[in-house]
Amino acid sequence: MQIIACVKRVPTTDAAVSVTPDGKGLVTDGLPYMISFYDEIALEQAVQTKEALGGEVTVLSLGPASGSKEIRECLAKGGDKAVVLTDDEWMTRDARATAKALVAEIEAQGADVVFMGKVATDRDNASVGPMVATYLGWACVTDVVALELGEGGGTAKVETEAGLETLEFSLPAVITTGKGLNEPRYAGLKGIMAAKKKPLEEKTPELEANQAMVASLAPPPPRKEGRLVSDVNELIDALRNEAQVL
Amino acid sequence: MVFQQLDFFDLEDEYSEEERMVRDAVRAWTSERYLPLCMDHFEAATFPTEVVPELAELGVFGPTIPEEYGGAGLSNVCYGLICQELERGDSGLRSFVSVQGSLVMYPIHAFGSEEQKRTWLPRLASGEAIGCFGLTEPDFGSNPGGMLTTARREGDEWVLNGRKMWITNGTGCALAVVWARTEEGIAGFLVPGDAPGFSAPEQKHKWSLRASVTSELVLEDVRLPDSARLPHARGLRAPLSCLSSARFGIAWGAVGAALACFDEALAYSKERIVFDKPLAGFQLAQKKLAEMATEITKAQLLALRLGRLKDQDRCTPQQISMAKRNNVAIALDIARTCRDMLGANGVSLEYQTGRHLCNLESVYTYEGTHDIHTLAVGQALTGLSAFR
Ligand SMILES: Cc1cc2nc3c(=O)[nH]c(=O)nc-3n(C[C@H](O)[C@H](O)[C@H](O)COP(=O)(O)OP(=O)(O)OC[C@H]3O[C@@H](n4cnc5c(N)ncnc54)[C@H](O)[C@@H]3O)c2cc1C
Repeated sequence: MQIIACVKRVPTTDAAVSVTPDGKGLVTDGLPYMISFYDEIALEQAVQTKEALGGEVTVLSLGPASGSKEIRECLAKGGDKAVVLTDDEWMTRDARATAKALVAEIEAQGADVVFMGKVATDRDNASVGPMVATYLGWACVTDVVALELGEGGGTAKVETEAGLETLEFSLPAVITTGKGLNEPRYAGLKGIMAAKKKPLEEKTPELEANQAMVASLAPPPPRKEGRLVSDVNELIDALRNEAQVL
Repeated sequence: MVFQQLDFFDLEDEYSEEERMVRDAVRAWTSERYLPLCMDHFEAATFPTEVVPELAELGVFGPTIPEEYGGAGLSNVCYGLICQELERGDSGLRSFVSVQGSLVMYPIHAFGSEEQKRTWLPRLASGEAIGCFGLTEPDFGSNPGGMLTTARREGDEWVLNGRKMWITNGTGCALAVVWARTEEGIAGFLVPGDAPGFSAPEQKHKWSLRASVTSELVLEDVRLPDSARLPHARGLRAPLSCLSSARFGIAWGAVGAALACFDEALAYSKERIVFDKPLAGFQLAQKKLAEMATEITKAQLLALRLGRLKDQDRCTPQQISMAKRNNVAIALDIARTCRDMLGANGVSLEYQTGRHLCNLESVYTYEGTHDIHTLAVGQALTGLSAFR
């Protein structure tokens, strides 16, 4: 089975981010990066699928040329080869242009199934997965928390507000992964050694112009300072009359 | 709290991509899998054995051993970074890994027969077998050459008698590498944990390295075939070369312990309000922080240079002595200063600094005491031995 795992390099969730002077982006110098949380789950699912059904896992990422460490880590965790579509503006590239670039490469590679995180933890768009499926014309299942996959198709459990929904789908498909689907493995030291020898190819993609642009970016307003109350009565009074939440 | 490593001199640039990947994998594992367990095990004086398969899966047992014997074939700098990250968790965790790799797998790889390597190394790398290293005796620590444990030849067999003390991972081990006196000098033996006459009772009541098992080894007429002797280990040089390998890891590990304490005290001092402003805003606190950061930076540089030398096969035992001596001493001082900056919280195990402080007292003593390494460096400088 040909499996593709799409991953995005994002600032670590604990990184102290600051906004650029023009108010439209993040200061990226010296920012620590990681593979987005849900993409780690996508990669793990891709590797588990290969382990169960055989085949090959290609790690696909739109990102900066300097981001090879995080991509190499994906190879250490079980990816067989990697393709980086180089784009230094990857963090502000809109969902549509990102999806189009990924689709061109997926079509060139050929695949039975594509795994990607349900959302990237930097922009919180949650759109690239469904867009990739749409442009490919493939089945799409989003926010999958349990999965059974066979040769021609599979069954996925999806968390909805009403409860767990079970979906049947046929391959090829794009599956976006949710929390709890699996527990991503650590890159073992042998895996890291093996990853050195695996192919990591950088390609310059055809990029379409953004149609959705960041107009401005601002940090959340500082929180108002808290106040200590002396007893429960005062607390209830404050909750009822000041905060008006009771 | 998320761990932010102090890197005042941009050492990040000095590490290869592979080295950073190794460090970050072990760092993530230690934060996510080990640290949540550590406090309770320290308090209960137990080692969390449930992490052994995970450590094996990560590949930290004997990572520099070639792949054909189950190792990962990594560089010495990678091994150092592994030790740094494990000891950022706890010195007991790093000790467990040091013993398995440097003190058990290393001598088998360096001095063992092909059969011994094929029998033991893959089992040790996979964590299926846990080993220990028995050199120290009740009356001979710094001067192991005086050891009383003997191995006597009887026909085709060896008969071992004696006692070892302060042996990490002795209790329940599958294999003990035991050093004993023979007529031809000191020799090393691979003693299976279930050999008749061998027992390893645990030493209780430690207040340091509590999350690590320490044991006595008792050998009463333990009979072994000649194939259990390490054929290429002749004289005291053999066990001492194992210690060189382990000490190399300790020089890095101590940096990890110091980083853990510093990270905690720095964050704490920025948040702790005393006399209406953050503790970190006072000159006395800043002097402590500046001095600690300087010592950590020097220790990082020493460890890195030592690692690069070792990877070029150019590092001397005396250089390892200097690095172990310095880095453990500054880590211990830093742990004490951080403990002080945490105030009363510093004596609570809810904070990690107190645990590191207790642990580092053992690290200061084992693998050659601080003073013994002073004498080793002194001898290298003067050509005069002051050991006796
Ligand atoms: C938790 C723990 C785990 C350990 N694990 C192991 C293990 O797995 N395997 C193992 O074999 N050993 C192990 N050890 C033992 C350790 O290596 C010894 O304790 C150490 O070598 C010191 O020996 P000693 O305790 O006999 O002290 P001593 O040698 O009696 O030293 C006491 C003091 O005398 C000083 N001193 C000694 N000789 C001189 C000299 N010539 N000149 C000046 N001062 C001197 C020392 O520096 C020290 O201050 C462990 C120890 C501890 C605490």
